[in-house]
Amino acid sequence: MRLEFANPSLLRKSGVLGMNKRNIDYIGRYNPRKFYKRVDDKLTTKQLAIDNDIAVPALIGVVREQHEIEAIPAMVNEEDGFVIKPSKGSGGKGILVITKVEAGRYFKPNGQEVSHSEIYRHVSNILSGLFSLGGSPDVAIVEGLIQFDPVFDGYSYEGVPDIRLIVYKGFPVMGMLRLSTAASDGKANLHQGAVGVGVDIGTGKGLHAVQFDTPIDVHPDTNKKLTDIEVPHWDFLLNTASKAYEMSEMGYLGTDMVLDKVKGPLLLELNARPGLAIQIANGRGILPYLDHVDSLGNHNMTVSERVEYAKKHFCHSDKL
Amino acid sequence: MHSKKPFYILVILLFISGITASVFRGIEHNVPFLPGEQIQSWAVDAKVSFQGTGEPAEVSFALPHDPAFEVLVENASSPGYGLTINKDNPLDHRVLWSVRAANGLQNLYYKVTLIPTGITKINALEEPVTPQPYVWPATEKDAAKQVIDKVWGMSATNLTFAQQLNKALNATERSQNVELLLSSNSPTKLFLHMLHNKGIPAQEVSGLFLEDQRRRQQLTNFVEVYNEGEWLLFNPADGTQGRSDNVLLWDRSGKSTLDVTGGVNSKVNFSMLQDTRSALATSIDVMKSKGTFDFSLYQLPLEEQSLFKGILLIPIGVLMVVFLRVIVGLKTSGTFMPVLIALSFIQTTLVTGLIGFILIVACGLMIRSYLSQLNLLLISRISAVIIVVIGIIGLFTLLSYKFGLSEGLTITFFPMIILAWTIERMSILWEEEGPKEVVLQGGGSLLVATLAYLAMSATWIQHWVFNFLGIHLVILAAVLLMGQYTGYRLLELRRFKPLAGE
Repeated sequence: MRLEFANPSLLRKSGVLGMNKRNIDYIGRYNPRKFYKRVDDKLTTKQLAIDNDIAVPALIGVVREQHEIEAIPAMVNEEDGFVIKPSKGSGGKGILVITKVEAGRYFKPNGQEVSHSEIYRHVSNILSGLFSLGGSPDVAIVEGLIQFDPVFDGYSYEGVPDIRLIVYKGFPVMGMLRLSTAASDGKANLHQGAVGVGVDIGTGKGLHAVQFDTPIDVHPDTNKKLTDIEVPHWDFLLNTASKAYEMSEMGYLGTDMVLDKVKGPLLLELNARPGLAIQIANGRGILPYLDHVDSLGNHNMTVSERVEYAKKHFCHSDKL
Repeated sequence: MHSKKPFYILVILLFISGITASVFRGIEHNVPFLPGEQIQSWAVDAKVSFQGTGEPAEVSFALPHDPAFEVLVENASSPGYGLTINKDNPLDHRVLWSVRAANGLQNLYYKVTLIPTGITKINALEEPVTPQPYVWPATEKDAAKQVIDKVWGMSATNLTFAQQLNKALNATERSQNVELLLSSNSPTKLFLHMLHNKGIPAQEVSGLFLEDQRRRQQLTNFVEVYNEGEWLLFNPADGTQGRSDNVLLWDRSGKSTLDVTGGVNSKVNFSMLQDTRSALATSIDVMKSKGTFDFSLYQLPLEEQSLFKGILLIPIGVLMVVFLRVIVGLKTSGTFMPVLIALSFIQTTLVTGLIGFILIVACGLMIRSYLSQLNLLLISRISAVIIVVIGIIGLFTLLSYKFGLSEGLTITFFPMIILAWTIERMSILWEEEGPKEVVLQGGGSLLVATLAYLAMSATWIQHWVFNFLGIHLVILAAVLLMGQYTGYRLLELRRFKPLAGE
């Protein structure tokens, strides 16, 4: 592996946001501590989203106490599949996906069977706070399985592709589609090897793709050209993301959404500390967009006005 | 957004006060800036002896007073004698022995340990009075006048007069006049009288030539000549001027060095010994004897001092972690866990520590994988891991003892709760993201711990953080400043390389 370092002044000129600046100038300044619960606790996020008419994956049940774990088999009896996740988890940790329920037997996306005692242990770990930030006790959420939209067939390996949008002061400024790969074991986390495809805010079309922070052209497992992707329901996604700003009151926000075959776009979770790989996926820095929003000052735009503004000005063909 | 000015002022204040406090420590208290620095010290014994006559006896003895040497320890031993050390007059420190009846040979001892200060200049405390001209005996009057006039003619100032005079008195071929005068006067007295004749302030002082392992030394007479606020030293016996490093001025009072009443045949002998000692220990002793000791860590009992030596290293480790995370961008599992591991490394030494850590975590992971099948609650599982870790540590200690590996015994210094949590997290990481991530994150933590250890174990850093407490203010300023750093991390320069533009 060759060690190549970029000249910091070139990065600055390209408007690349670094981790320290993100923490101090954006997260520290525009994400008030008291609202963190709204994004860090997925159960609260879900409740807020429902109250704000934002579609979310179905809530099958919540497990708060050890003894309630026994109720899970009954809970999921009628489901085709389900997902168990910690309410305060981060970085995709502790998410268990069961895609097939067959006569009380559970199967993971890769076909491997998951025994009842494994489920029991997993939920017990969640409740003890193993996956939560700071190790505080947690609750487990049992959610309906997402029937993901076949539009991304051939682009994603096993897992659910999700759409990450960075929303700054209510304006969607950058987007990325995250596709799981064999390397990421069906997960959509970039650091685990998922592919990130930068998506044009104006059109929802793929621009540029990366895996492990390195630009690529085709999906490593399916060899399909990644920049041909066009995300459907694009306006709806932008509107939902923009609405999440009012809902969470977080100035610098990452929204994760998925496309369900039946229910359309669903809000999966919000993130108060969205990562910076989205810049690599887009092949450009995010700072010019953030500065553009800052230059608007105090505005009084509605959600749809903000989306229209973003589509017009943050379109990649548009020179900033 | 509020102004950052107060913040930067605070940082600058912390930085300046930290540096100032450290420099003050170094210069004012002579605390050495580097560890292991050695200085020479002199132990001088003065033995005063006289023959008692059975009468009440009083012995008054001048004590050394010289800016070029600092008194570290002094004591006088004299069984049966009353003892007073008088230090009221800065120019005339004296020790006074007294006894009701002294019979036969009496020996009194005064011992002093001195350290050179490097200040060879003697500043006059006040303007000395112009001396009364010496009245020469009739037989010497003309000879003295001729000598003085001749030398006066060849001089320009008081100083050059003294220099020329000293030369004339010690010339290889001295004039008849000088020979005549020297036959009835000692060179010191003659030199002094001639200076006084011209109204130049000068006084007789006695000094000791310091030489390692010498015994039965006597004081040498010197003459101090006043010139522009400073006393300059002349040795009329050999015609030299100035002072060498090995001269200790003993008595500058102008009075007699030793006064004995109630005794005869009194004399004083000196013996001396050169000693090498740690500069740090010396400056601590000086602080102790000066009483500037009150508010410092040195007055704590030794056990607490050594405890503090460890605690004061933590800011260094923390600084390393902040630097490696904020500026370099390394990831560690658990923010300050590497500091705790590094602290254990200090006890175990690096290689033993690394091997021990990897052994314990590896064994712990194996046992933990069994525990994970038992479906335990998290708390009890971690508790079980803690107990198992203690068992592993016990086993390794015992094994290394049996095999005679004394290094292995230090393994007990690892913080067990930390180890148990590390094992637990590593085990989860293994299940969730595979062994590669375990090696990566564990390796990252060990790398940071190793770097923190290297910083914390450097002797000069250990010396600085304990002896110059001001350095901690500087560290605080640096940490605060790094907390405001919004630039790119070093590893981000690599990560974002594709975005650096064409």
